[in-house]
Amino acid sequence: MSYGATEAVRGIDLEVNRGEVFAFLGPNGAGKTTTVEILEGYRRRTGGEVAVLGEDPERAGREWRERIGIVLQSGRLDPYLTVRESLDLYAGYFRSPRPTDEVIALVGLEGKADERTSRLSGGQQRRLDVGMALVGDPELLFLDEPTTGFDPSARRQAWDVIAGLRDLGKTVFLTTHYMDEAQRLADRVTIIAAGEIVARGTPEDLGERESGETTIRYRADGRDVVLNTTDPVKALHELTGEALERGEALEGLEVTRPSLEDVYLELTDDVERRQAGAAAEAAE
Amino acid sequence: MNGFALVGHQFRYDQKAFWRNPASVFFTVMFPVIVFLILAVVFNGETVDVRGGVEATTYYVPAIMSLSIISATMQTLAMTLVIAREDGRLKRGRGTPMPPWVFIAGSIGNSIVVALMMLVLLAAIGGILYGVDIPWDRLPAILLSLVVGAASFCCLGIALTAAIPSQDAAAAIVNALLLPLYFLSGVFIPEDQLPNGVITFADLFPVRHFFDAFFDAYVPAGGPAVSWDNLAVVALWGVAGALLAIKFFRWTPRSS
Repeated sequence: MSYGATEAVRGIDLEVNRGEVFAFLGPNGAGKTTTVEILEGYRRRTGGEVAVLGEDPERAGREWRERIGIVLQSGRLDPYLTVRESLDLYAGYFRSPRPTDEVIALVGLEGKADERTSRLSGGQQRRLDVGMALVGDPELLFLDEPTTGFDPSARRQAWDVIAGLRDLGKTVFLTTHYMDEAQRLADRVTIIAAGEIVARGTPEDLGERESGETTIRYRADGRDVVLNTTDPVKALHELTGEALERGEALEGLEVTRPSLEDVYLELTDDVERRQAGAAAEAAE
Repeated sequence: MNGFALVGHQFRYDQKAFWRNPASVFFTVMFPVIVFLILAVVFNGETVDVRGGVEATTYYVPAIMSLSIISATMQTLAMTLVIAREDGRLKRGRGTPMPPWVFIAGSIGNSIVVALMMLVLLAAIGGILYGVDIPWDRLPAILLSLVVGAASFCCLGIALTAAIPSQDAAAAIVNALLLPLYFLSGVFIPEDQLPNGVITFADLFPVRHFFDAFFDAYVPAGGPAVSWDNLAVVALWGVAGALLAIKFFRWTPRSS
């Protein structure tokens, strides 16, 4: 898939199951929005096969659009309409819309229903964005970086709304560059960097798979000791056994598994470095 | 909803937004009325040397009507569509089952209703304050000129959005185009006080032809009510605008 002169993404193979929250995770500029816009039917691809709800988004029509909801990365609503009016306007576009009051409750804007959209906070506007995408009661929802630039409490509120979507049985395609967002919300995560997929799995799997090493830290004779091991049970048994024999305390003993964040940074750094290397070679 | 009902639905919300927007209410509704009143006060009692001489107040009723129709259509559409585009509202709408043309059709409906309302308002003000007769027998010609003008200037407004890069530039570009044309076309300054070359130059653009046609329709002083040649020129501009709009109109924001 490419557009313009540069290939934005290539060799991307994705499968999203019905009813799951799927996170498409990667740093800025990795090709997430390009990919999601191809899936939404906004962009034409130069190659490859795409089926969303069984149809090619480039050729899909009104029927298909009745079944999907899209939350774009950025966008404002008509500042002169209220929350309720904005939702009612969109309700008219769909054959069997969800009642406006239900949508307002789903995104937690009950107290703001008759407020003009221009008077909402950033977090409230984003929740209304999600509400606009829910008006048609879609089976599949695309959320492109739903919490970028939010303060922690606005993020929590947005996360609660997204977590609620799974309970409604919606399929959610979420793009994000926040590790913790993917970890918190997704059933499955696919990591993209520089236009290529570098890892996929459940949030738990990803932590295990890539770097199976566990880190053991403690202090001995005033020095920090760090051990990396693939067999933490054995290493700990030996270490603590010796310490007990010698009557030592193993001050500050700490056993850590790599966080998903570590795995993510490692993976995305790798591919970017490799591509930079390849580009340098090609230039020579 | 079928396409027709959808346009009506879209139109209702466009109307709400229009009347709540202080800028659109001021520039599209109040501004023409204020300009008419100022010109009428300044030139009251004078005669303009066209079509064998008409009173200045009579001259300014169709003049400011022309301005109002252009403002309600071309100016309003160019501004609201650029703002909607840059807000990402056009793109968002394309992600729904609504056919994209419904959005445009709703805006055009809004423009035409506002234009019609301005026509009635200015006719009433001219009639009540300055005794400018409302030419009821010429109503078909007035409505024909309105329809041709409104449709053409709507197309030109939609086409113009392609040349406007951002929300901030919208008002500047639209006014930079239209204000000089109003002056050159005799809308503000009576045409008998403009040098000949000015009108000849203004004749290259649609504003002058529309004013001419509307003047003929509204003022019984001389000539037939329907100025076919002027309306034809306006319609040609409209067709050109429509073609440009079809080719260059974009739904996604230019910025970002």
